[in-house]
Amino acid sequence: MSSIERSPWLIHYDASSCNGCDIEVLACLTPVYDAERFGCIVTGDPKQADIFLVTGSVNHLNAPILKNIYDQMPEPKAVVAIGACAYSGGVFAECYNVAGGVATTIPVDVYVPGCAAKPESILDGVVRAAMILKEKEKAGRKARALARKEGRRSPKRRAGGAT
Amino acid sequence: MSSGHEAREANAPSVIPFGPQHPVLPEPLHFDLLLQDEKVVGAVPQIGYIHRGLELLVEKRDYADYVHVAERICGICSFMHGMGYCEAVEGLLGVAVPDRARFLRTFWCELERAHSHLMWMGLAADAFGFESLFMATWRARELIIDVAEETAGGRVIFGSAIVGGVSKDPSDETLMRCMEALKPARDDIKKLSRVMLQDATVRHRLEGVGVISKEKAYELGAVGPMLRASGYDFDIRRRGYAAYGEVGFETALETAGDCMARAAIRIKEIEQSFSIMEQVVAKMPAGPVSLPIKGMPPVGECFARLEQPRGEVIYYVKSNGSRNLERFRVRTPTFANVPAMVEAMRGASLADVPTIILTIDPCISCTER
Repeated sequence: MSSIERSPWLIHYDASSCNGCDIEVLACLTPVYDAERFGCIVTGDPKQADIFLVTGSVNHLNAPILKNIYDQMPEPKAVVAIGACAYSGGVFAECYNVAGGVATTIPVDVYVPGCAAKPESILDGVVRAAMILKEKEKAGRKARALARKEGRRSPKRRAGGAT
Repeated sequence: MSSGHEAREANAPSVIPFGPQHPVLPEPLHFDLLLQDEKVVGAVPQIGYIHRGLELLVEKRDYADYVHVAERICGICSFMHGMGYCEAVEGLLGVAVPDRARFLRTFWCELERAHSHLMWMGLAADAFGFESLFMATWRARELIIDVAEETAGGRVIFGSAIVGGVSKDPSDETLMRCMEALKPARDDIKKLSRVMLQDATVRHRLEGVGVISKEKAYELGAVGPMLRASGYDFDIRRRGYAAYGEVGFETALETAGDCMARAAIRIKEIEQSFSIMEQVVAKMPAGPVSLPIKGMPPVGECFARLEQPRGEVIYYVKSNGSRNLERFRVRTPTFANVPAMVEAMRGASLADVPTIILTIDPCISCTER
């Protein structure tokens, strides 16, 4: 087990959710569901976050903010799209100000189903994202070792955007 | 450059952006705060990050199916949004829902008010850095959510309001058992309220902060706890919609108009909600919970007004006689409270801004729809 898998830091952004999934995300952090037992801490700072929890769908106003937060997160990082809206727009898919799911703006690693998503499934999503983080870290380490062997400059580990 | 010009530049207010992604806000809301040293001299709100445009969706959905979209105006007062839409459409159709449906609606409304106010208490505690209070209130809230799940079927989106009544019919025994199950939550809340209202650190952060006078609150069109905390007696539940005419309750009032008064109002209302729920369960009539609704709503328009946890909400529907309504409009409480919030921020120090924003209990999702 790598250290990143045991202590992933979370950041949450409400893209254009109805609040239903947001309060369930908060419920995950409080005593009954308690995501902290997996080593998770919520942070408001993208530069310290490993897992990005996004609720709701994307529109033209929040897409740059979503992208901005994602770009500021250091590698490796994982994105969890929570709820039906984050997948496709959900019940609001036909609304004029909904551009689609989170995947239209940033790459998504885990989808959590539900409208609103239940805390149990959000926790499952976070644990899966932590496993993906571990895989990504391993892949990153391999790429760096290979680069060193070949005498290239190693890819940046903590990058603002590009790997 | 003259020295006078430089002096003016130095005195010009500095602009601090607040949000849209901010640790204290679960939802995106942006303010440009104009600061003179540490004092806020002005705040320019910018909204629109979660606008979806769901009012227009009413043209594409069957009027009876639109309830599940109306419920998702906001995930916190979801049942009340669904019910408010249903009441407006029922007004158009000219039907009166069965008695048991009226009482069940009141039960779920109050359940939602209790969980919303508790949620607010936790978030407010988090905003002024009292994390253990945040955790403890949310633990008590889970007991209320369990009752919601057992009686209505959903944790936050209840999904039980339909045009013509309600879709779920929990038995009287289930309701009694649920009231028993809420007892530990009530005891917890009593203890937590004492901390919220009497703890020296909390009082230091809340007392005298963000004061709005009675006249100013009325003039700026504030609603709900924001208005009642300034001493103005205004509660739509007094009009007796659903079963509120048949239960007894006192409107919670405070006069100080500061953050502490707004906290005190909500804490009183949590206990009031439990007492209304008790009365509703005791008086629950037998019978059907929904009416079969046939045909289209006739040409016309109708208003419905409810008291949400955040204040008065108004629903307007207009029908052209077809399956799809022509217009649906919601005036949400947070929208009405934003001018008063901006007024409360004026003259406050930067460190108090999160507390002031939190004590109006903003629901951006309702406001922007």
